[in-house]
Amino acid sequence: MDFSVFFQRAVMQGIPLLYGSTGEIITEKSGHLNLGIPGIMYVGGISGVIGAFVYQNSAGAGGMNPFLAVFIPFICSVLGSLIMGLIYAFLTVTLRANQNVTGLALTTFGVGVGNFFGGYLIKLSNADIPSIDITPTSIFFKKTLPFAEDLGWFGKMFFSYTFMVYLAIIIALIAAYVLKKTRVGLHLRAVGENPATADAAGINVNRYKYSAICTGSVIAGIGGLYYVVDYIGSWSNDGFGDRGWLAIALVIFAIWRPHLAIPGSIVFGGLYILFQYIRSDDLAAQEIFKMAPYIVTIIVLIFISLRKKRENQPPQALGTSYFREDR
Amino acid sequence: MNNVPAIELRNITKRFGTKVVANKNVSLTVERGEILAILGENGSGKTTLMNMISGIYFPDEGQILINGEEAVIASPKDAFRYGIGMIHQHFKLVDVLTAAENIVLGLKGSFNLKKAAEDVKRIAAQYGFEIDPMKKIYAMSVSEKQTVEIIKVLYRGADILILDEPTAVLTPQETEKLFKILRKMRDDGKSIIIITHKLHEVLAISDRVAVLRKGEYVGTVVTAEATETSLTEAMVGKKVDLNIERSLSANTPDRLIIKGLTCVNRDLQKVLDNVSFTARSGEILGIAGISGSGQRELLEAIAGLQHIQSGEISYIDPNSGVLENLRDKTPVQIRDLGVRLSFVPEDRLGMGLVGNMDITDNMMLRSYKAGNSAFLHRKEPRMLANEIIESLEVVTPSVSTPVRRLSGGNVQKVLVGREISSAPTVLMAAYPVRGLDINSSYTIYNLLNQQKERGVAVIFVGEDLDVLVELCDRILVLGSGKVTGILDGRSTTKEEIGLYMTKSTAMEAEENTAKEENADE
Amino acid sequence: MNENIKAASSKKHEPRFHIVKRDQMKWQKAWAIRFVAIVSALLFSALITVLLTGVDPIKFFSALVDGAFGTSRRRWLLIYETSILLCVALALTPAFKMRFWNTGGEGQVLIGGMATAACMILLGDKLPTPLLFLVMIVASVAAGAIWAVIPAFFKAIWNTNETLFTLMMNYIAIQLVGYFCQIWATPKGSGTIGIIPNGQFPALFGNQYLLNVIVVVALTAFMFVYLKYSKHGYEISVVGESENTARYIGVNVKKVIVRTVALSGAICGMVGLLLVAGTEHSITKNTAGGRGFTAIIVSWMAKFNPLYMVFSALLIVFMDRGAKQVTTLLKLNDSFSEIITGILILFIIGCEFFINYKIASKSHKEDKN
Repeated sequence: MDFSVFFQRAVMQGIPLLYGSTGEIITEKSGHLNLGIPGIMYVGGISGVIGAFVYQNSAGAGGMNPFLAVFIPFICSVLGSLIMGLIYAFLTVTLRANQNVTGLALTTFGVGVGNFFGGYLIKLSNADIPSIDITPTSIFFKKTLPFAEDLGWFGKMFFSYTFMVYLAIIIALIAAYVLKKTRVGLHLRAVGENPATADAAGINVNRYKYSAICTGSVIAGIGGLYYVVDYIGSWSNDGFGDRGWLAIALVIFAIWRPHLAIPGSIVFGGLYILFQYIRSDDLAAQEIFKMAPYIVTIIVLIFISLRKKRENQPPQALGTSYFREDR
Repeated sequence: MNNVPAIELRNITKRFGTKVVANKNVSLTVERGEILAILGENGSGKTTLMNMISGIYFPDEGQILINGEEAVIASPKDAFRYGIGMIHQHFKLVDVLTAAENIVLGLKGSFNLKKAAEDVKRIAAQYGFEIDPMKKIYAMSVSEKQTVEIIKVLYRGADILILDEPTAVLTPQETEKLFKILRKMRDDGKSIIIITHKLHEVLAISDRVAVLRKGEYVGTVVTAEATETSLTEAMVGKKVDLNIERSLSANTPDRLIIKGLTCVNRDLQKVLDNVSFTARSGEILGIAGISGSGQRELLEAIAGLQHIQSGEISYIDPNSGVLENLRDKTPVQIRDLGVRLSFVPEDRLGMGLVGNMDITDNMMLRSYKAGNSAFLHRKEPRMLANEIIESLEVVTPSVSTPVRRLSGGNVQKVLVGREISSAPTVLMAAYPVRGLDINSSYTIYNLLNQQKERGVAVIFVGEDLDVLVELCDRILVLGSGKVTGILDGRSTTKEEIGLYMTKSTAMEAEENTAKEENADE
Repeated sequence: MNENIKAASSKKHEPRFHIVKRDQMKWQKAWAIRFVAIVSALLFSALITVLLTGVDPIKFFSALVDGAFGTSRRRWLLIYETSILLCVALALTPAFKMRFWNTGGEGQVLIGGMATAACMILLGDKLPTPLLFLVMIVASVAAGAIWAVIPAFFKAIWNTNETLFTLMMNYIAIQLVGYFCQIWATPKGSGTIGIIPNGQFPALFGNQYLLNVIVVVALTAFMFVYLKYSKHGYEISVVGESENTARYIGVNVKKVIVRTVALSGAICGMVGLLLVAGTEHSITKNTAGGRGFTAIIVSWMAKFNPLYMVFSALLIVFMDRGAKQVTTLLKLNDSFSEIITGILILFIIGCEFFINYKIASKSHKEDKN
């Protein structure tokens, strides 16, 4: 098999996970385990599809403005996932609800929203197969660097991607930089580790939590957008699969560091498509290979708990809500 | 201008829930360039009051004036803006961050950790602290952490410093060093509030003393005009009968023999180092030491809760005289041997009791397993609960009230009551009067004395040296996990104990033999 | 370094209100708040439906009730779905009481169903029926227990994060089912296991769902007694409240964790048995149908009390079934019911705040000095 092709496909499979896990890392750094990420990514995807669908149909395939074709789905996706993030933040930060329960409910809700509007648009578009074709929009997303072709395998491995792939990597790098090197990152880490201390130091704990949750949700939501608009080019219900949960797994694999999530996402993407390289007629073996990312995650999880290195542990206050006057 | 006080509190009231009133109508002032001590027993509302000045809590009623102007301190951020910095008893530091990162936490302006580290070093040098700005907090000792806390406040250039029980974790030398710094800051015109319940420290450091009692403001006195007696009276409200009865036991056979006990913590540091002593029946053995010298580990090792690296723990059965080995036995195995060992741990609601369970269910904690039935029997525990409520005068709505809703003194009565209900032969109590009012404390002292008279070997870990000297027959002093001396309670003095407490830390490098020579002096 | 210490403006207003923890609310008042939340959620759902479809709100509510209670079959389906969901919630509860976040109910149910299906397929024509049933029961319960014990074991020895571990185990179980669906596919290559002829549980009194109801009633009673009156239940509470206390009284914390989670997984495995042998007579990746997750919400809503869980499970299933009818009526797609159920759950989650906290307004005394 051609490794450069495999690598390229692994990267493209990994990018939705990278968006999702970068978003989840930022969220978890504030002390909130958001199990609603799968739902948020769904909403991010369908919101983008709605935007694309509406613009596509109003402008007509010929009359589409490249900027608007990208901008409208993008902004719709951001808004959709932002609303989801706000719901989660309101419930867990302001109302101090249990994070696990809220996250799971939000996933139910988000998948429902995605499939509902998906089904609605499918019905509107009267297609033969149950999916929404957004190829006209997708074309604008899929613009790649022109010189990649000329660079052979090297170009294929590193320069053949669409802008949203590079965007994911840039966002992850920025997130890593912000967390590690800036005041905002320092404050956010303090909030997730020990909110009482952060509060005593004059940090507005709730504002940081809201910002982190919303930023994280938006980034994760863009992952959903990438998958449907760029990678696939059409929406079909439940097409996004379990990628949201894989994104949460990737957070552990990357030991809460966005820059490690970049190679991690490629590894996960590779593991995810590995089954296609096993004898293609052996469907059973393929199913076994699809377990790989989860098994690897569990091994990492066990390994970090075994080593007990303080820097590699989940944020200390993860999963607990903060109430200043608790005593 | 200079007549305006730095802080003025007017009629401050703070409630928790509907029942607990932590501060009631407190009014006091802090001048510029003075050290004000806030004196009060545990639970008198000192910390709550200070937390309102530093923005952790918000007062329900009343006003705070800073430099004569009404201030709204809704958050610690507001407090910083007013130049108020608080050093909490429980350090507010983020473990996985470095000292420098903790110090700049919450600040605005340019973000430069390198420059911050240099500033930290400069401040440290100025006052004689030793600190590595790049060291992670989780790798630090308690006194290093306090250094970080103090530098944090200095770094912010606070004009008003609040220190909550800063000496609790320090050796006398470190305390003296701290006091020097505080005096220097006062001479710079800063206002310093120090919360404490140690009278000699109040007299040594403060210019004036404000006394709180049960959440209410009693008054302020000029330190120069105060004495220990007058302050104690103001603090407790009535003259305290300091005479704790101490009976003389005629027959004190050995009960528990500890030889060469050594335990290490997770970082492989020795928390107990070659500890040897004997606890005798009909005797109260006091254990003194600066907090964190191995007291908790010692009791937990005896109770079967600590991994022991080396040494022996033997128990002599009072009836048969048989020697039982307790080392490496679990609490259940110890109980199965017929050893009636009771243990009142330091952490009452986190270890000795379950806060969300009612009194009845807490009574069963030690005994629920008895019998072969798969089900619980609540009848006897309920009877025991009622008995304890009656005999120890526990104030509670009913036996089915969760213990976390009881006051500290009542919680402790429930715990001690349960522990002595099993007719123990050994009773260990760690800081059993911490946070209790005078009356409850005396109830506990009396209970310990009663147990002693019944022939129980009592081990009492205390922090108040006055109490140790008056209550205990012998006092074992721990210093950094080592036994630095075993003193006779009847002949020793507070000063002598204090000397032994700091010994190990002061002469860590010296040989064991040298230490024994000193003990003979 | 002094740059941030500026004279504060005294014009800043005091916060007008702040949040205070309640002592304990009377249960009547707490339930009144929950009731209001449920009603608000229904009204909000109706509003959304009206906005999306322009339907008459009365029609929305009547369809909701009709979908849940309209016909005898619907009533039985409601009872059946409630019993299955309740079973899973009961299974997860002991783990939750111990503060062990078992998010792996989905996988534990699936693996139990998988074990059942394996017995039915491989042994179905080799063993006499009673023996086959016995083997199926043992296999499903053991499979569920083992699936849960793996993360519990690592939690016990190394304190490995169980929320994430059990979550990952779900997807391994799903893929494992996918694998066997290929291996045992009938017809070959279809990727699905059709109806398995052997080892189906008989319908009691001609009612396919009655068995589940009997099991769940027994299980509810068992779990209530187990948690409240047994020594095991007491140990679970102690470990959940404070591991330090458990250590202090000599409870073997590791043993209790493993034992409790094994019980949790075993019951989940049994749910898999009920689903596969009792009603579906087949297995797919979707057999657990998200109940492992919904059950977490059911258990949490009921404050881990088995008796309250009957109502929380019923409420969620009612909403789901009713919303499905609304969906059919309005010719929307199935997912609409997920939205409505989601709204209900989110409202209930939110309302707990008003039970645990109150908002106190601050009365400021004017001082004219």
